[in-house]
Amino acid sequence: MTGPKTGIHRETRMTRFLTTTALALSMMGTAAMAEPVKVGMITTLSGGGASLGIDTRDGFMLAVEEAGNPELEVVIEDDQRKPEVAVQLSDELIQSEEVDILTGIVWSNLAMAVVPGAVRQGKFYLSTNAAPSQLAGKGCHENYFSVSYQNDNLHEAAGQYATDEGYGSMFIMAPNYPAGQDSLSGFKRFYEGEVASEVYTQLGQTDYAAEIAQIRDSDADALFFFLPGGMGISFMKQWAEAGIDMPVVGPAFSFSQDILPAIGEAAVGVKNTAQWSKDIDNEANAAFVAAFEEKYDRLPSLYAAQGYDTARLILSAMEKAEVSDADAFREAIRAAEFDSLRGKFSFGPNQHPVQDIYVREVISEDGTLTNKIAATAMTDRGDAYAEECKM
Amino acid sequence: MSAAEVTAVPEGRGGRMNRAQIVNAALALGLLGFGLVAWAMGETFLVTLATKVAILAIAGAGLNLVLGFGGLVSFGHAAYFGLGGYSAGILAHHALNYTPMFEWPFLFEGTTSMPVIWITAMVIGALAAALIGALSLRTTGVYFIMITLAFGQMIFYFAISWPAYGGEDGLPIYVRNGFPGLNTLDPVQFFGLTCAVLFAVLGLIAMLAHSRFGLALQAARQNRQRLMAVGIRPGGVLLVAFVISGAITALAGALYADLNRFVSPSMLSWHLSGELLVFLILGGTGRLFAPLAGAGLYITLEHLLGGVSDHWQFFFGLLLLGVVLFARGGVIGFLAGGKRHG
Amino acid sequence: MSMILLIEQLLNGLQSGLMLFLMAAGLTLVFGVMGLINLAHGSLYMVGAFACAGVAAATGSFWLGLAASIAAAAAAGAIVEVAVIRRLYRRDHLDQVLATFALILIFSEGTRWLYGSFPLYLNVPEALSGSVTLPGGIRYSLFRLAIIGAGLAVAVGLFLLIGKTRIGVQVRAGEADREMIAALGVDIRRLYTLVFALGAALAGMAGALVGTIQSVQVGMGEPVLILAFVVIVIGGIGSIKGALIGALLVGLTDTMGRVLLPSVFELFMETSAATSVGAALASMAIYILMALVLIVKPGGLFGARA
Repeated sequence: MTGPKTGIHRETRMTRFLTTTALALSMMGTAAMAEPVKVGMITTLSGGGASLGIDTRDGFMLAVEEAGNPELEVVIEDDQRKPEVAVQLSDELIQSEEVDILTGIVWSNLAMAVVPGAVRQGKFYLSTNAAPSQLAGKGCHENYFSVSYQNDNLHEAAGQYATDEGYGSMFIMAPNYPAGQDSLSGFKRFYEGEVASEVYTQLGQTDYAAEIAQIRDSDADALFFFLPGGMGISFMKQWAEAGIDMPVVGPAFSFSQDILPAIGEAAVGVKNTAQWSKDIDNEANAAFVAAFEEKYDRLPSLYAAQGYDTARLILSAMEKAEVSDADAFREAIRAAEFDSLRGKFSFGPNQHPVQDIYVREVISEDGTLTNKIAATAMTDRGDAYAEECKM
Repeated sequence: MSAAEVTAVPEGRGGRMNRAQIVNAALALGLLGFGLVAWAMGETFLVTLATKVAILAIAGAGLNLVLGFGGLVSFGHAAYFGLGGYSAGILAHHALNYTPMFEWPFLFEGTTSMPVIWITAMVIGALAAALIGALSLRTTGVYFIMITLAFGQMIFYFAISWPAYGGEDGLPIYVRNGFPGLNTLDPVQFFGLTCAVLFAVLGLIAMLAHSRFGLALQAARQNRQRLMAVGIRPGGVLLVAFVISGAITALAGALYADLNRFVSPSMLSWHLSGELLVFLILGGTGRLFAPLAGAGLYITLEHLLGGVSDHWQFFFGLLLLGVVLFARGGVIGFLAGGKRHG
Repeated sequence: MSMILLIEQLLNGLQSGLMLFLMAAGLTLVFGVMGLINLAHGSLYMVGAFACAGVAAATGSFWLGLAASIAAAAAAGAIVEVAVIRRLYRRDHLDQVLATFALILIFSEGTRWLYGSFPLYLNVPEALSGSVTLPGGIRYSLFRLAIIGAGLAVAVGLFLLIGKTRIGVQVRAGEADREMIAALGVDIRRLYTLVFALGAALAGMAGALVGTIQSVQVGMGEPVLILAFVVIVIGGIGSIKGALIGALLVGLTDTMGRVLLPSVFELFMETSAATSVGAALASMAIYILMALVLIVKPGGLFGARA
């Protein structure tokens, strides 16, 4: 399930532990071998939110297997979505496995726990998803790259879209935690109309009857919401039941391929913003979608695409530089010369993407729910924090 | 509730060690030995893992004082653990940003000195425990379990939604805090420091258990009426134990923050309260070294099983179930025998 | 806030309270009769939801799914009782906590093994989809109304079962004095399995009904479990009446807190900060309620014993 390399790694983990235990009784010594490029992937593979990590891993490993580059070794670890576990895994990967590059974290709070320490120890961190504002602005670092987006981007694009559509007043809603607060401020940054009402829900909340009643009672033109994962599934099902005739806009997280089947028909027609969609028209993307479906028997999600792009970026840098020469390798990553699934891709001054962000619409395609591009919300969008970054 | 009959009072004083003492000594030496051998082999991560065991054992030892000896099942000890962690995180945050914590009524600045952080963490843990304990000790049994959970959840939700120190994102500590004369960034030195704290805490609890206070505490568990008959208020004894317990667990939290160089609300979650309970039950409730045995076993299993299968939690659950059903009295009870349990 | 909106929110509170009652009733019965703390009760809720989603997807019928959820949860409950729980009645609460915690791990990971990590699809049946207009012009979801109806029906049924039937007499006798009912010649082992399976069936039904309007995924039982514990502690452990009152109190406090607190803070703060602070306080509201109840009445509202 996790590929042969993980299997080997797991044996070493067990052996290593047992040897140490045995050596607590008798003394002995061994030497480790040096390796070419070693990537440590920390992602969520068990418990709530595992579907996002599994897609990230599967997308990443698809690119690794396609490349078949024997110089690249990947070690995969499960963070259980717990920040302290993620920190300990990063310690293990840096100290025991001696990886060169870390990647894979899905959640911002886990990224905040791992990234600052890892990059200060001279390791590269390439984000496949989470890209909190702290790491884009004052806390930026030459060894930290976001391959996905800056967290605010998709919310900003939704704000831009709402402005373009001429919605005069919006009801906006997000969970009460930093990513939720960033979401609403990102939306407001590009929304020029009036905010009819701003509601913070509880993190992990599953019943939205009270909020839906408030939305019905408001006279907003449209609804913007950010409720990732299970929260979004619950909300959309209850929203459909309520039968309110109001356009809905949101970032892609609640309409990603991994959860669309669980929402069902209720999602059809909803507009959501993303920097990737499976119908972006380029050769790399078409090949990726086909290969992913072939190998895993399901459609790829946004997370899978981000994982795939990250692996391809690493592979492209390996063509040009040795990872032991950190400066050259960093330059090779910054150049971003790889066939991104997004068509065009480049890094801004704070090493976050400059890219187009699309508005997608949920459609039913031969009985399967998926997204198709409806419009382009923003062109060559960087992010709001690049100026604060002194690199 | 019928709590454990076994106490920490050694059965044979002086002379040769009994089985329980041998097991305790083996546990202490095992932890030290594992950490040192891992260090000698250059397995830095395993040193970190051993440090984690030591820190969680300190937190468990705090809980053990009220649970093992006082018979109070607190399902909210993550509150003190997290408060200790946030004490370390917030003090270091202000010190590294050169912003004072507050200027009125007196100037209070952040610090990166572990001793100062530890004292602050313990004072805050003790204050929180005094407040929560005073209210919670009005209840008993299952109600006590749930009211301590309620207070823990309140602090948890507060930490998640309060933006000043990162909310759910948590608060990174970029450089591990310092201890005079040591390089705490060196994993083995930090490990040694943690072990020293652990053994000091265990020593303190052993001393308390033998003192008049400890006897009153155990009496409060076994028979409140009798205690009142000799003129001691059981509520007062239990509250004092609860406060000491909160302070010890907060100290562990401060160390944990430094181990991870990071604090977040997950240190305050009910899962962590549950894990601390599991450590004690695994180790053998009421045994002085239960937290070390339990935390050691738990972390070892988690680490090894995690490497074997994506579905390790399934097998971990089966193992835990096996321990409860067939190894009564926990690991120490199983190894050391001793008085019957429950 | 308009009157109509207020009434709608009260209905929402009532609905979430009644679902909590289904969870809490089993928990409080098991504790009252057997003296057992069952952390794995949330897993039975999850089993119900997964069984419903699985059968509904296979047969296309929500109603078969609902029946399957009740049957599967009751069966899972009975098996767990015979295999594991039965050995724990004489242990102290700590052993029960650890063993049922282990059961949570086994159930969650086992379910993930069987169904995978992706959330499942389960949706409202045709007959109950959409919303209706109630007297007074309130538009309300038909399915939520059905949930309210089902919750009330189960509550009435439980009170009749406990109050009027032979089994009810045995259950009440068991709560009062365990040796006594053994002396009366009641097969205690069978009674315990029956009570446990009944509690499990109620949890499974709640899981299926709630899963229909929320998301069916691994781990869905844990937050509900904590809430159900809050409910039975507020109501007084072992009391069905307490569980009902407690569930309604928690449901209403949670819903109304979320709706009203932000607007209260808006009176003296700017909007953005008020919604954030209000939401923070709302998430703590039920725990504050529980602490207050226990400080005033340490044995819960209708508690018979600690």
